[in-house]
Amino acid sequence: MTLDVAWAVDWVRRSAQAVAEHRDELVELDRQIGDGDHGENLNRGFTAVVAKLDALEETPAEIGDVLKLVATTLMSTVGGAAGPLYGTAFLRAAKATAVPELDTKGVVALLEAALEGIVVRGKARTGEKTMVDAWTPASEAAAAASDAGASPAQALEAAAQAAADGAQATIPLVATKGRASYLGERSAGHLDPGARSTELILQAAAQAAA
Amino acid sequence: MSEREPAPVALVLVSHSRTLAEGAVELAGQMAPGVLLLAAGGTEDGGLGTSFDAVEAAVTQAVADGRSAVVLADLGSAVLTAESVLDLADPDVAARVRVADAPFVEGAVAAAVTAHGGADLERVLAAAEHAGTMFGGDAPPAASAFEGAVDDGVVRGAVVLRNPLGLHARPAAIVARMLAGFDAKVRVNGANAASVLELMKLGATEGAELRIEAEGPQAAEARDALVAAVDEGFGEV
Repeated sequence: MTLDVAWAVDWVRRSAQAVAEHRDELVELDRQIGDGDHGENLNRGFTAVVAKLDALEETPAEIGDVLKLVATTLMSTVGGAAGPLYGTAFLRAAKATAVPELDTKGVVALLEAALEGIVVRGKARTGEKTMVDAWTPASEAAAAASDAGASPAQALEAAAQAAADGAQATIPLVATKGRASYLGERSAGHLDPGARSTELILQAAAQAAA
Repeated sequence: MSEREPAPVALVLVSHSRTLAEGAVELAGQMAPGVLLLAAGGTEDGGLGTSFDAVEAAVTQAVADGRSAVVLADLGSAVLTAESVLDLADPDVAARVRVADAPFVEGAVAAAVTAHGGADLERVLAAAEHAGTMFGGDAPPAASAFEGAVDDGVVRGAVVLRNPLGLHARPAAIVARMLAGFDAKVRVNGANAASVLELMKLGATEGAELRIEAEGPQAAEARDALVAAVDEGFGEV
């Protein structure tokens, strides 16, 4: 069983829908510990991505083509830190998926490349209350599922669940990277908005594969 | 730009705010009219944030005609956007661009004046990054660069400031720019006269005596030019 370009397109559309539905929640999370623009910015970015997908005259040949369109559009339209962070994640993921179909190992490679992109761009590690705290367990869970012989859909399901757990685990953390770090101790007790949006995007990936 | 060819190093000023980026260009441009300064501030619709496309366009324009460029950015995501642009840029372009780890306004002014003197990429970058320590209360470090050379070949002079505001930003930039044209190292009251920020930090106002020490093949010419400029009150008297 493999995932094809149609899956990638569906993932992106579902991500856009999830971000739109949770826009206000993301805004509120970011207002508590950041500058309050995460929901607005990400929604603007994914709305632009969907418009670009709609304007395509033919379906791209490779999964990486879809992810590169997402990357460049998010970088251009998001406006906040999420633009270069998700943009770099999708760009690295695109380079790792220059193929028409993905098996489970391909899914793992996609997630690992995305995580690497975020780490390179944001210079963050786990435990700093950022989206890295959702991406890292997601990538690891997919790799573990792959080793256990999981299908691509099962690997994505494991990644989505791990991202959700990782996001919840950011609540007690004190932020040491990003705008929330200016709050110091007061950032504890809040869910990190970037970790939450990561959870939404990886959930969308799993749902598109189910 | 000026009628002359722009300096070999351009600056790209990336801010979350369009007005902040444009203001920094205006401020630095007053002191370094021969440098190509490009503002990339705010989102496409003029809101607060950074635009990948605007930064990319500014970098592309900055490095045209074989120039190099130093990028200064304000808050975190402006830095991330600038780095993303360079990641995606043609390797030949990326190799000629540096993102400075520097305070936005002070770094832009210091880098612009250094670039105006025709300095290369690494020196302009260093000027921007050094600007951060200039405001930390430390003594001007460049003064020590002259130590040990005082006994041989130092040309000295003294002149009294005549313009009311003394060595404020504009005259400091005039001095630094003018001295860049001489093959000489010049100190004014111990400060490196090639550095606008060090000159400004002297806080010298009308009536203050400037003690000039110059070294190098054109030390005397540099001293004389400096004395003449001060005597003329930088056109402000």
